[in-house]
Amino acid sequence: MSDKEYQPKSKAGKWFNDRLPLLTLGAHLTDYPTPKNLNYWWTFGGILTFCLLTQIITGIVLAMHYVAHADLAFASVEHIMRDVNYGWLIRYIHSNGASMFFLAVYIHIFRSLFYGSYKSPREVIWIIGLLIYLLMMAAAFMGYVLPWGQMSFWGATVITNLFSAIPLVGDSITTWLWGAYSVDNPTLNRFFSLHYLIPFLILGLVVLHIWALHVPGNNNPVGIDIKKPSKDTVPFHPYITIKDTFALLMFMIIFAGFVFFSPNVLGHSDNYIPANPLVTPAHIVPEWYLLPFYAILRSVPDKLGGVILMFGAIFILFVLPWLDTSKVRSAVFRPIYRQFYWIFVVDVLLLGYMGAMPAEGIYLVLARVGTIYYFLHFLVVLPVVGLLEKTDPIPLSISEPVLSGGAKLSMAKKDNEKF
Amino acid sequence: MSQKEKKTNRRDFLYTASYTVGAVGLGAVIWPLIDQMNPDKAQKALATTEVDITNIEPGKEITVLWRGKPVFLKRRTPEEIAEARSVKMDDLPDPQRDEERVKEGKDEWLVMLGVCTHLGCVPLKNKGDYKGWFCPCHGSHYDVSGRIRKGPAPKNMEIPKFEFVDNNTIKIG
Repeated sequence: MSDKEYQPKSKAGKWFNDRLPLLTLGAHLTDYPTPKNLNYWWTFGGILTFCLLTQIITGIVLAMHYVAHADLAFASVEHIMRDVNYGWLIRYIHSNGASMFFLAVYIHIFRSLFYGSYKSPREVIWIIGLLIYLLMMAAAFMGYVLPWGQMSFWGATVITNLFSAIPLVGDSITTWLWGAYSVDNPTLNRFFSLHYLIPFLILGLVVLHIWALHVPGNNNPVGIDIKKPSKDTVPFHPYITIKDTFALLMFMIIFAGFVFFSPNVLGHSDNYIPANPLVTPAHIVPEWYLLPFYAILRSVPDKLGGVILMFGAIFILFVLPWLDTSKVRSAVFRPIYRQFYWIFVVDVLLLGYMGAMPAEGIYLVLARVGTIYYFLHFLVVLPVVGLLEKTDPIPLSISEPVLSGGAKLSMAKKDNEKF
Repeated sequence: MSQKEKKTNRRDFLYTASYTVGAVGLGAVIWPLIDQMNPDKAQKALATTEVDITNIEPGKEITVLWRGKPVFLKRRTPEEIAEARSVKMDDLPDPQRDEERVKEGKDEWLVMLGVCTHLGCVPLKNKGDYKGWFCPCHGSHYDVSGRIRKGPAPKNMEIPKFEFVDNNTIKIG
């Protein structure tokens, strides 16, 4: 490890670094050898860091004005929107920021699925990432409850009632979560407390995620192991930092587009009606980023079965590195898997659409087909394709063309550019 | 050393005893932190509600709030009662006779939690395929006795503990 050889130039720097090697860490992050062929799908790690910091900063500011009480919460959010200086801006950044966060994380996850970034030796990075994703969903759900509108209240009711499906102890667990006999003020209070906590837990996991990443180093579009540092790598700074910054700016344009031109398009208008425990809105839908799982929940005609499948859809991702039997990482060299990958993408989008539609008629049928395929993809397609598929020749390094021709590598490059 | 590798000694005893005491202590500290999330005394104090039923006509229904949840009070017509009692038990996912769901001699009063047993939404009255209630969230149909007939809900709507204080007052809880 070349990191160990780092020596600060100044005497004061050396004095400090001998006591706390922060400068060594900084040098490691700056010089960190990165595959030179990373495409723009690899910029979402940086974008996600930005999203997390945005949510933390805007969240801390909102908490200065928000009141976590069933009688006051709704009014305090309106107070933020109307009275607090720039309150509308900060709240719209925070609420749309959640959607942007999920947009980025889904691209990040699907990038990993395409290029096989979850495979050995990066399983731990993948699992930590999934833990972050779970915490994100918990934080987003609790955050959505805080304005105490109709969707807040009934979303909280439906989601907490999922736990009542657990045999024997289900009702006790639900009452314990509520702190009352229904979703009520104690529920709102604790959700606020946890909503404030979770982002910092995520921040801690992000550190572990990056730490685990820096052990084997980045995967890359070709998916092969590379020597580091070598002619296949470039230092993180300035090559990757500038690329990440450019992508982040593009992302921020889209983000700002939502915040300034259609800040409520991703939300639900029913949440501007104060919570009413006597009236359930006609269509309860979660935020868009939870819709595929909601579709799976509703597609099962049995309460416990639906809950099990919904959680199963997430937890099956934890064993993905062991379900995919192919040693080849990148889908660029996996002609069969590549097709199933896109079918899977369409399947998840379909499930998301079905989750937004009423659970009846053709929608229910399609949701069931989508649910079955979702699990087939992991339990049948991935293990079987990995064993039977004849993969394309893999290049020996990023710089050298495969065998003599190099046709495949140029194909790979074209493939990347398309994204 | 080598000849008594497996022999239990004082140190093993100390380890086991320390771990045990530590585990009990940890449990004793964690339990208050968990139990504080259960309903508090103020929540429990709200546990009963009295309702005046003088003005409810036959066939009408009112909704009251009890423990933060809606309770349906329906004064059923003789036809509705007859229909509820004509259903075959085999047709019910959660078999229960209508007689078990009302107080004897007060057959016209159906008092039940207006909470869908699927995921807790409030069903709409006089809707659905069985002239009872219909839950808009995930499509559960209930009959005039509040029993689940079709859809994802696993159980009949719950009958809370209640009593007739006098002929015109019901106490729930």
